[in-house]
Amino acid sequence: MFDVTVIGAGSSGCAVARELSRFDISLCVVDKESDVCEGTTKANSAIVHAGFDALPGTLKAKLNVRGSKLMPGLSKLLDFDYKRNGALVLCFDKEQISGLEELALRGAENGVEGVRVISGDEARQMEPALTDEVVAALYAPTSGIVCPFGMTIAFAENAAANGAEFRLSTAVTGIERSDAGYVIHTDKGDIETRTVINAAGVYADKLHAMVSGLPMNITPRRGEYMLLDREAGGLVSHTVFQQPTKMGKGILVTPTVHGNLLLGPTAEDIDDKENTATTRAGLAEVRAKASLSVKGIPFGKVITGFTGLRAVGDTHDFIIGECEDAKGFIDVAGIESPGLTSAPAIGEYVRDIVASLLPLKEKANYIAERKGITKFASLSDGEKNELIRREPAYGTVVCRCETVTAGEILEAINRPLGATTLDGVKRRTRAGMGRCQAGFCSPVTISLIADKLGLGLLDVRKNGSYTDKESGADENA
Amino acid sequence: MREFDLVIIGGGPAGMAAALAAKLEDIDNLIIFERGDELGGILNQCIHNGFGLHTFGEELTGPEYAERYIEQMILNNIPYELGTMVLGMNENKEISIISRERGAETVKARAVILAMGCRERPRGALGIAGFRPQGIYTAGTAQKLVNCMGVVPGREVVILGSGDIGLIMARRMTLEGAKVRAVVELMPYSSGLKRNIVQCLDDYGIPLMLSHTVVDIKGKEKLEGVWVAAVDERNTPIPGTEEYFPCDTLLLSCGLIPENELSKSAGVELSPLTNGPSVDESLQTGIAGVFACGNVLHVHDLVDFVSEEARRAGLNAADYIKCGTTPECEPVEVRPGNGVRYTVPSRIYCECAEDKVHIRFRVTGVFKGAAIVVKSGGRELFRKRGRIFVPSEMQDIIITRDKLGGVDSPIEVSVEEALK
Repeated sequence: MFDVTVIGAGSSGCAVARELSRFDISLCVVDKESDVCEGTTKANSAIVHAGFDALPGTLKAKLNVRGSKLMPGLSKLLDFDYKRNGALVLCFDKEQISGLEELALRGAENGVEGVRVISGDEARQMEPALTDEVVAALYAPTSGIVCPFGMTIAFAENAAANGAEFRLSTAVTGIERSDAGYVIHTDKGDIETRTVINAAGVYADKLHAMVSGLPMNITPRRGEYMLLDREAGGLVSHTVFQQPTKMGKGILVTPTVHGNLLLGPTAEDIDDKENTATTRAGLAEVRAKASLSVKGIPFGKVITGFTGLRAVGDTHDFIIGECEDAKGFIDVAGIESPGLTSAPAIGEYVRDIVASLLPLKEKANYIAERKGITKFASLSDGEKNELIRREPAYGTVVCRCETVTAGEILEAINRPLGATTLDGVKRRTRAGMGRCQAGFCSPVTISLIADKLGLGLLDVRKNGSYTDKESGADENA
Repeated sequence: MREFDLVIIGGGPAGMAAALAAKLEDIDNLIIFERGDELGGILNQCIHNGFGLHTFGEELTGPEYAERYIEQMILNNIPYELGTMVLGMNENKEISIISRERGAETVKARAVILAMGCRERPRGALGIAGFRPQGIYTAGTAQKLVNCMGVVPGREVVILGSGDIGLIMARRMTLEGAKVRAVVELMPYSSGLKRNIVQCLDDYGIPLMLSHTVVDIKGKEKLEGVWVAAVDERNTPIPGTEEYFPCDTLLLSCGLIPENELSKSAGVELSPLTNGPSVDESLQTGIAGVFACGNVLHVHDLVDFVSEEARRAGLNAADYIKCGTTPECEPVEVRPGNGVRYTVPSRIYCECAEDKVHIRFRVTGVFKGAAIVVKSGGRELFRKRGRIFVPSEMQDIIITRDKLGGVDSPIEVSVEEALK
């Protein structure tokens, strides 16, 4: 019997789990995938929004601003990549400048510091690659960029270190009320729990409907992106948004925290909660719209395209709270943008809800810090030598594009909540994230995973979860 | 800090041939740094035959071809360090390396030969829409899996791109029992060698679909199939021509990119046409004493040409180490004209050149009964008529010293098309 079971190991679920792992309760996290951050968290803009966009008074506004303020401290405490790079919202039409001023006022009302409207020339001084069509811009100095995988894995590892039990590759098939709370049926057996946190992303409405008669509808909004080689990452240093207009929300051009250039997303509401395919039309739209903001985007340096699904609720605000007709069942739903930014604040917010249901007593032996995987490339020669002497695997570069060593890949596989797939290794170490997109390193990474999991080489998966048959199979070895 | 007269980065066919040539010119203080666990580079996974006809006058497999050079390395006491990755280089030719045995280290070189090879263009760079499932590999990665690791990644295969590795892998997968449904090529001609189309596709009844491309990928976690469509003259898919091919494996053979991140870190100027260093006729880059050869310079189709080019780089590097002089004359630009995609070199020191100057290039399309013409100003330096020129075959022409005397305006290499 768990006190709390979180369904969904994305950024929201893991942030909640980490926050609750500070207390003397029993805690479980369930996800249908074999790794954390396999849903919306793995495919988004990776922006820490300043908080000028959300309407004052909404939960979005409150949690966005709080999340943005927590992020710098958390990134140090939990060792994940974050950078405050500032953002510009571009205006292309003199008639629309008043809209920027409204945004600035909204930012001030939301408690965002330093937001102001600047001229097109000032904007071009800050970002020389902006097009001549830019007539004005909103400047938000507190906007940032973050590694969404790094952040979520850090939350999860920290929660696990503090006793949270992660049950991955476990799909929830039903939820029933019990005397003590709920029984969660899964394809790997039942889980008894006093309370449930529904952080199931685009599936939150399905989970909600298992216990509640109140309506909830989550629409997957497809967003397509292009990622460019790190060589192109210096084209802009700020995150460059477009002013929302009647024609849509526009798309952004931003450096990522690892120095790539990211373009996107499109916005298209779809029915299929699994449809993360890119489309010709979508990629063409990204290309065309990005070129309105920034000139000279080297599209020849695109290394991959991907699609994410935002979980859009009917209320246009986050839906976070205990179900009125299901005591102890807490929805964390409709976490669309700025959900990633808000994650740490969502953790705190849900903690307070849980505190009203269960006694939360702080643990005496709580581990506040978490150390990430070694970043070999960033070490000094002395540190590299020390490390290679201790563990020669750090002397073998496996991913040449991102300079990732065998030692780092082994760390990623061997850690608690370690990677079991190629994508899992990629998200933790960046091996395969570079310009050759794993052409050279994947055979080596496959071998390292196969060794650890006792699998045949062909049974090592790129993504998704292992069925029982696969994890026992050895026929291809 | 260890100091070398000559550091060769990469121990594939280019690196080995360059080292051998320099050693035979009495450059003894030299070393090869190779990131792999053995010398030979990509040849080790090319177990098919067809290598060495020019160099050795016989048909060898890739590993056999490599072995001939490895024997020479040992016979001539040419030192090499394996499992050694070069992480960076600066314009002073200080090179930082790491290996399991020696850790992180910086070494200094008087001359450097870049011989790092190339990489394959990945799916993301091709802009193919659809899911990103397991089952999509570059042809070279699949070759590594099949030939070096002993696993066959799939049973039903579609290959996009008709580069040589893709053609070779069509046959290889077939021999391993897989069904290769089609090789799909965007262009109206193959980018692979004719002999590979005959021996790898025709002999096995594998269809080559020219002017077609993959437009969508089905399967969220594991590949289920691809949609293939015909394209028009502008390479745009033609609606209504889509055809579905069920498959569990998609191999990509859509071009090779010289791997020059290291060159760039040292400040070596690259040619936008080849993505390799811009070099003069001695294969010297914009940095004195830094030479380039093999696929890092421009993508070759025959290893024999790599070895020959690398031999010249080795000789010239030896010359540089012994004399240290830079040419006293002014270089003349070499540029591609009609029907020519690029040239290597991109400049020639005409007044101080060797007796024979190689110009290597590729044509932009299929030309029948045309002539290759090299001109400077109004002056014709070279002319060669050929039955057919195709983009898949690198052209290699030699201009003799006597033709270059007094040449001072840009040299243009072009295809003179046959009268229609």
